[in-house]
Amino acid sequence: MGHPFRDVAIVGVHNTRQARRLPGHDSSSIALQAELGALADAGLAPGDVDGVVGQAAADAVLELGLGPCTRRPSNLGIPSIVDGAALVTTGQCRVVVVLAGGAGLLRDTVAAPWTTPPNELVAGFGLFTAAEFALMARRHMLTFGTTEHQLASAAAVVRNNGDVNPEALYCGRGPFSADDILASPLVADPFHLLDCATTSEGGCALVLAHAEIARDDARAVWIWGCGSDSYGPAYTVAPVWDFSGRPGARSAGWVGTRAARASFSMAGLGPADVDVAELYDPFSFEIIRQLEAFGFCGPGEGGPMVESGAIGPGGSLPVTTDGGTMSFSHPGVAAQQFQRVVRGVQQLRRECATAQVTGAEVALCSNGGSGALFTDVLLLGKERP
Amino acid sequence: MSDARAASPLLTPQAPGFPVPHPSARSQPFWDGCREGCLVLPRCAACSAPALRAFAVCAECNGTEVVWEESAGRGTLYSWTVVWRPPHPGFAVPYAPAVVALDEGWCFLSAVVGCAPEDLRENMALQVEFHPASDSVTLPYFAPVSN
Repeated sequence: MGHPFRDVAIVGVHNTRQARRLPGHDSSSIALQAELGALADAGLAPGDVDGVVGQAAADAVLELGLGPCTRRPSNLGIPSIVDGAALVTTGQCRVVVVLAGGAGLLRDTVAAPWTTPPNELVAGFGLFTAAEFALMARRHMLTFGTTEHQLASAAAVVRNNGDVNPEALYCGRGPFSADDILASPLVADPFHLLDCATTSEGGCALVLAHAEIARDDARAVWIWGCGSDSYGPAYTVAPVWDFSGRPGARSAGWVGTRAARASFSMAGLGPADVDVAELYDPFSFEIIRQLEAFGFCGPGEGGPMVESGAIGPGGSLPVTTDGGTMSFSHPGVAAQQFQRVVRGVQQLRRECATAQVTGAEVALCSNGGSGALFTDVLLLGKERP
Repeated sequence: MSDARAASPLLTPQAPGFPVPHPSARSQPFWDGCREGCLVLPRCAACSAPALRAFAVCAECNGTEVVWEESAGRGTLYSWTVVWRPPHPGFAVPYAPAVVALDEGWCFLSAVVGCAPEDLRENMALQVEFHPASDSVTLPYFAPVSN
């Protein structure tokens, strides 16, 4: 039996302009603008599309005149791409666009709305995303001796990738040393301001097409593996590192381990085969945690791995090469999740203007994180599986 | 160096004015207990497993009946963070959201008060205390046990 995703390729990707604010746009309008950009990148026309997945899926069907058309509204990241690919491999669709955007959601005086779900059991204690992830990071620091300097070192790598990326929101904001990160104001101990994602606006989209359409497309990138782990709803109960739903399973602090193993198993690959890791970076600690959870190093070895320089440009495993949610953009909802995959595709196409990993053949992309109790993994390959 | 931890004040309960939780029907016994100064938490009637929240189905045994039980309100500090930049201007900083491991087995999300941020330690002994958040809602905080 062939690979389950042998007959579907990623043939187009696009990020709109990313900015702190995009006046005149809402989340739907910027997502649709991204869809047009991704179709142009693919050399396809809106009329070729017979499936839309993601935020604003129904809006896209209406405004691009696609009806009758398959639609799957979803606020998820990587799982939406996998669902779109399945629409193609099962013969329901030939060309699927996956899209997302965030605009018009931010207010100046309070944190971004997606960071503060008003659950009765956490709201009164001032929980928000940074604090949720900090509660997980603290356990790792207590258990393994991980240091704030190691966290800051991870943030510096990601932010410096954004510093040199002309498309990043914070292009030119750097370079940073770990000490610079530590000198920024505390947000939620152990996280300083520069350990945390930014908030911004922007859209992005990907185009999936049947392999017959992608046959002569030398830029096509292929799905080699995928997996998703969840331990329950995000931000409604205490984020407990040692919490586990299933007896004998790895605990919530290691969320993503099972997803990575499933991805590698589907691909017939292992962590050593990955050339570039476009890791989700809501907070610096998540880089360290994911290196361990995905098997790039052992438990407690993520901090030393970061300080060794392995995850920087020219290292053995460059991570988050566009600047990530810390520096590239963080439009909220799902766009910043898809953007890890957009960058993975650009790496394998060898089209990155900055931080291009020489000869990249395999990219691992991730979403989610321990504080949110979910992690999704997507493995991309340059060759058809 | 802008490290606010250098000289930080005592952690205190939030004064009313921050966003107050909206009690659900499912969790009403917990909120009623808080108003009476009791920490009342959910357990499975069938297998006695302590629950993270009032459940429809118990994760341990798939039982469907919740019993509410009063905790002595004593436990140890499992994890914490000190917030210096709040999500809403109604929260005064610093404050210290924390996961408390209660003696009866519950993991409970609260905030530590009554000590300085730099005095927070893993496994430090804590005791519940109650402070009103509004006319109708009271919150359970945790303070160090003084020996």
